[in-house]
Amino acid sequence: MIKHQVYISSNEVLVDGNPLTHNEKGSALLTELYRNHIGDYPKFFKMDTLSKLGFIASELLLNTEGNRDFEPREDRAVIFFNRNASLQADTHYQSTIQNPENFFPSPAAFVYTLPNIVTGEIAIRNKYFGETSFMVIDDYDEKIIMKNLENAFQDPITKTIIGGWVDCSDEEHFEARIFLMEK
Amino acid sequence: MIVCVSHNIISPLGTTSAENYAAVKSGKSALRKYDGLWGLPEPFVASLLDRKAYADEKYTIDERIVIDSISIALKNTDIDATSKKVLFIISTTKGNVFLLDKNENGFPKERVRLGMMARQITKHFHNPNEPVVVSNACISGVCAQIEAMRYLESGEYDYVIVCGVDVQSAFIVSGFQSFKALSPDECKPFDANRQGLNLGDAAATIIYTKKDKVNENEWVACRGAIRNDANHISGPSRVGEGSFRALRIALGDLEPEKIAFINAHGTATSYNDEMESIAIERAGLSGVPVNSLKGYYGHTMGAAGVLETILSMQAVDDHNILGTRGFDTIGVTHPLDISNQNRATEKRAFIKLLSGFGGCNAALLMAKGGLQ
Repeated sequence: MIKHQVYISSNEVLVDGNPLTHNEKGSALLTELYRNHIGDYPKFFKMDTLSKLGFIASELLLNTEGNRDFEPREDRAVIFFNRNASLQADTHYQSTIQNPENFFPSPAAFVYTLPNIVTGEIAIRNKYFGETSFMVIDDYDEKIIMKNLENAFQDPITKTIIGGWVDCSDEEHFEARIFLMEK
Repeated sequence: MIVCVSHNIISPLGTTSAENYAAVKSGKSALRKYDGLWGLPEPFVASLLDRKAYADEKYTIDERIVIDSISIALKNTDIDATSKKVLFIISTTKGNVFLLDKNENGFPKERVRLGMMARQITKHFHNPNEPVVVSNACISGVCAQIEAMRYLESGEYDYVIVCGVDVQSAFIVSGFQSFKALSPDECKPFDANRQGLNLGDAAATIIYTKKDKVNENEWVACRGAIRNDANHISGPSRVGEGSFRALRIALGDLEPEKIAFINAHGTATSYNDEMESIAIERAGLSGVPVNSLKGYYGHTMGAAGVLETILSMQAVDDHNILGTRGFDTIGVTHPLDISNQNRATEKRAFIKLLSGFGGCNAALLMAKGGLQ
């Protein structure tokens, strides 16, 4: 059962279906949402676009629940899907190794070349010891996603899931459709 | 019960599971030192496939070895891969990432998308379902098996074909070098002088189905779990939190005495091996033998969880605990029962353990003939 949902695209933000006012779009929109609705987690600025998007969407989603106590818990999973995996971070990292005369790979850029890092960022922020997982399908398919998330409740401890679609092709183009789901 | 029907490994040590097991049992490794390969400024040690042997106009090397591995696994089964009751799950971290290199022009750039790569595979086998790609860093291969178990439990499919794959490239090697995570020599899992990991190429396939009854020789995937450290995106928990929690669920009410061994991640990085020793002790499993197979194959990333599960099944079939190649002197602070020699066992179950970037950890309990 879906309790709350958040939609973020490059130019639209909906929380439980209600538009959230904003002035910016693209990457500036994510920064604006951070400043207006979160503000106390400077690690945000180090993240790649996929992690920023998933982090912001999860924060807006969890704010609908109220009572953010940040107590450690194992019964909540974070399970996302997308199309482009970590393409934006991959493209950025590739640019640091493309030219032998200007070869400067860095761990800070490389670590984000894994799509599941966003699930780890959300687990760290909220102290979730539960399941975190990331899967890729080439087109958004609600049926596949919902079936998979229902299956995830076969875990003996999982009671709720932050799940859905978190995708970005580059810094300016992205879409998140995530929700809080109860067993 | 979720039962393994068939499996295959394609690696530098062989193109069948049997060839791979025989090579590992005899202590062979494909780890070699490469200097100047792919224009990388620093040398590295890795276990690499012969790129020329898998050159193909239609398929990238990742796609080629996945197709070969699944084809071999399907042989001697009566599975109709064209059926909508068969699902393909691909486990990979980086897939065709080499296509991002501006000098690579042999394949359409869209194949860098993991879902598009997976569609080449299902198209080849004329399977009508959308393939699911699990991309959970280094734990992907166990996650993909847990996904397969869930899909089969829910009754939607008759068979799930799980294939893990990764093929090394300048992208991946330079990234691990930037992390200072690579060993300058062959890796030494759990050893006092370990200096880091080696990377490796492989594809490995397991086909699972659901059965009400199993015979004593059939391998059952009993239970698995994925847990997060909630600590750091690029370093493991200092108290082994996620691995401990995943192990606890995989173990369940099974007595540790019933377990032949824990096949650990054992990458031979300082932090990983130390963390695993802590998690294993916390889970009450210090008395269970532990091994790591990274000294034979390096870290095969998306393939590792599948490849190491297959070798562990074969080892139990052979009443053997495979030796940890590269290990000599214990170098972790919590006690582990580990050896570089093959050891005899009559036990019929093992746990596969993995951990990875993003703070993720996974454990899977496998038992021959199921749990009594």
